[in-house]
Amino acid sequence: MPQMSMIEAIRDAMDVKMGQDDDVVVYGEDVGYFGGVFRCTHGLQKKYGKHRVFDSPINESGIVGTAIGMGAYGLRPCIEIQFADYIYPAYDQIVSEAARLRYRSNKDFIAPLTIRTPCGGGIFGGQTHSQSPESLFTHVAGIKTVIPSNPYDAKGLLIAAIEDNDPVIFFEPKRLYNGPFDGHHDRPASNWSKHPLGDVPEGHYTVPIGKASVFSEGSDVTILTYGTMVYVAEAAKKETGIDAEIIDLRSLMPLDVDTIVESVSKTGRCMVLHEATQTSGFGAELAAQVQERCFYNLESPVVRVCGWDTPYPHAQEWDYFPGPGRVGKELKAMMEAE
Amino acid sequence: MSEYKPLKFHVPEPTGRPGDEPDFSGVIIPEAGSVRRPSIDTHAADMKELASTMVRVLNKDGEAVGPWAEGLDDDILVQGLKNMIRVRAYDERMMTLQRQGKTSFYMKCTGEEAIAVGFRAAMQKGDMNFPTYRQQGLLLSTDYPVVDMICQILSNSRDPLKGRQLPIMYSSKEHGFFSISGNLGTQFIQAVGWAMASAIKGDTKIAAGWIGDGSTAETDFHAALVNASVYKPPVVLNIVNNQWAISSFRGIAGGDHATFAERALGYDFPALRVDGNDFLAVYAASKWAVERARRGFGPTLIEWVTYRVAPHSTSDDPSQYRPKEESSAWPLGDPILRLKNHLIKRDLWSEERQTQTEAQYNDEIRAATKEAESYGVMGSGASPKDMFDDVYEEMPPHLREQRQKLGV
Ligand SMILES: Cc1ncc(C[n+]2csc(CCOP(=O)(O)OP(=O)(O)O)c2C)c(N)n1
Ligand SMILES: [Mg+2]
Repeated sequence: MPQMSMIEAIRDAMDVKMGQDDDVVVYGEDVGYFGGVFRCTHGLQKKYGKHRVFDSPINESGIVGTAIGMGAYGLRPCIEIQFADYIYPAYDQIVSEAARLRYRSNKDFIAPLTIRTPCGGGIFGGQTHSQSPESLFTHVAGIKTVIPSNPYDAKGLLIAAIEDNDPVIFFEPKRLYNGPFDGHHDRPASNWSKHPLGDVPEGHYTVPIGKASVFSEGSDVTILTYGTMVYVAEAAKKETGIDAEIIDLRSLMPLDVDTIVESVSKTGRCMVLHEATQTSGFGAELAAQVQERCFYNLESPVVRVCGWDTPYPHAQEWDYFPGPGRVGKELKAMMEAE
Repeated sequence: MSEYKPLKFHVPEPTGRPGDEPDFSGVIIPEAGSVRRPSIDTHAADMKELASTMVRVLNKDGEAVGPWAEGLDDDILVQGLKNMIRVRAYDERMMTLQRQGKTSFYMKCTGEEAIAVGFRAAMQKGDMNFPTYRQQGLLLSTDYPVVDMICQILSNSRDPLKGRQLPIMYSSKEHGFFSISGNLGTQFIQAVGWAMASAIKGDTKIAAGWIGDGSTAETDFHAALVNASVYKPPVVLNIVNNQWAISSFRGIAGGDHATFAERALGYDFPALRVDGNDFLAVYAASKWAVERARRGFGPTLIEWVTYRVAPHSTSDDPSQYRPKEESSAWPLGDPILRLKNHLIKRDLWSEERQTQTEAQYNDEIRAATKEAESYGVMGSGASPKDMFDDVYEEMPPHLREQRQKLGV
């Protein structure tokens, strides 16, 4: 199997779908000739032509709005918002339009679009290149929200998203583009070429939307997480020796409640871990689900470890980022709690 | 069978890509001095052509000609040259800091210095700019301490923004420099709102909005123009058309054949299109629009025609998407060189003074950098404690708790 970075896997997913289906079009800011600021669409314009892969004006509302129009015509746009931090101008088109089109037209029209967007910090991008706004979308009925943590899942989930008839927000943790990142920013970066999850099959395959994966089995505590934090959890597990079961949710909406319940019922403890700010974050939904479904199995309160409730700072990035030190400390405290 | 041929999807293309010869034959440059200078109370409908042509003052021989050349103060021209030299010295030094790993990021305005410096010279204390990240000249031509600017670039213990903001996103109310946002276009409409407030309160202050050619595509651009049209507030709306928006040429913002300035006409307020590399034209046009605003005749849209000589940012490599020689082929030349030649011709300047001034500002910036570095470089100065302040006026209990958890 070819070894791919997350960037290559994402590109390959679009390549596979564009090759199979003439209705798939790809566009966004700097996406066409240049191939995107993270190079995810590099080479696609050359291969499929300017009428299927093109640069868009710097107008996020327009990128999503045109995609909804194209979807109504019958195309399957896979569009890029350059950074998740710039998705807000498109929020109205996503929330009031894409999310509700099927419902309000009684299936007369659908919005089969995929919105790819890099999220998360770890690159000293400051508050406009670091945010994780997933909960702003999981809160909205009618949108699916996915967030892969590795090249294999990225390709399979992106193909599934493009094939899905509902609008899908596809978050790409930018700190994982080139390799897994466990939060130890002062250590040399690793890349996907040496990682089993960098093994990506050629051609078509899907990872189903709505299925979590058990990233690492364990018996002491369940860590519910996704994106970059999967590797942070893994590092904390190693460093504390606490036998955590790490669940990579992959899909936040729909949510794989069965996998969550099965794991928490087994371990009796649950940590919710995400990079986004804590208050009203997706972790609140996860904690509520666990409380509702696993209350009598819990041996200690559900704990949230998240980004602090501040804007994402520039220089204090590593104080903000919930790294393995903080996760490990909380894990130990949980294990001591009766 | 249909009588219509299949439709074709149109995507504009620039005149050159890597490997091609630069081609600016489509950039129509009128003779310096050929464009009229209407009075500042002229109605938009009576000066339409100024949105399509180009106001230019300096001719090929470096002489100031035509109606826009009148009444320009020599001291301001000399000071303008000095300020532009200072901006360029600053940019070069900050680039070096980034390459040395002392900061994370930087953006230069090389080739565009005349616009911010010339415009600032036409403003008064109390006026407010809503700048983009490429308008460092607005701040560098005031008495804002350059050490503070560098401390912001370094995110160190003296960073006026406490390490919270990406380098180059300065803020100084006192110096008429509104806090820069990383989100494009958002501030264009805010400038209109600030100017509306000035009119509501019967003040005499004006505001200036700033936006790049690419960012005119944002919906907020329309919001700015329609509100400016309706309320006629004292605002100058500046579009810096440097031909590129990262890898996208101006045509991807709808500026391939129409000019950006012409957009104002549909909103019934006047526009000027100006040679942005001609300091005299920049200053003259700025004075016109600022005076128009301050006298209560309402908004002006100005398109500054220039070229982004530098990469978009330290994360960018323009050789991937535009002809290598394009910046040297740019027909409007270099703003510093053009003003220098003009002033030398008039005996207001000399090659010697040029050399001296360059050395003086290099020394100034080098010394300021040294001082700034003594307060720490990227990652070694800003305090984690500062992260929690100023989210709200008073820190709510949950943030207090989180700060304690972090142990700061
Ligand atoms: C809302 C938003 N969308 C996208 C971006 C990413 N971005 C930053 S600068 C830039 C290009 C802007 O070009 P232009 O407006 O021409 O200004 P210039 O950089 O040429 O001065 C883009 C797309 C952003 N910062 N904000
Ligand atoms: Mg530009």
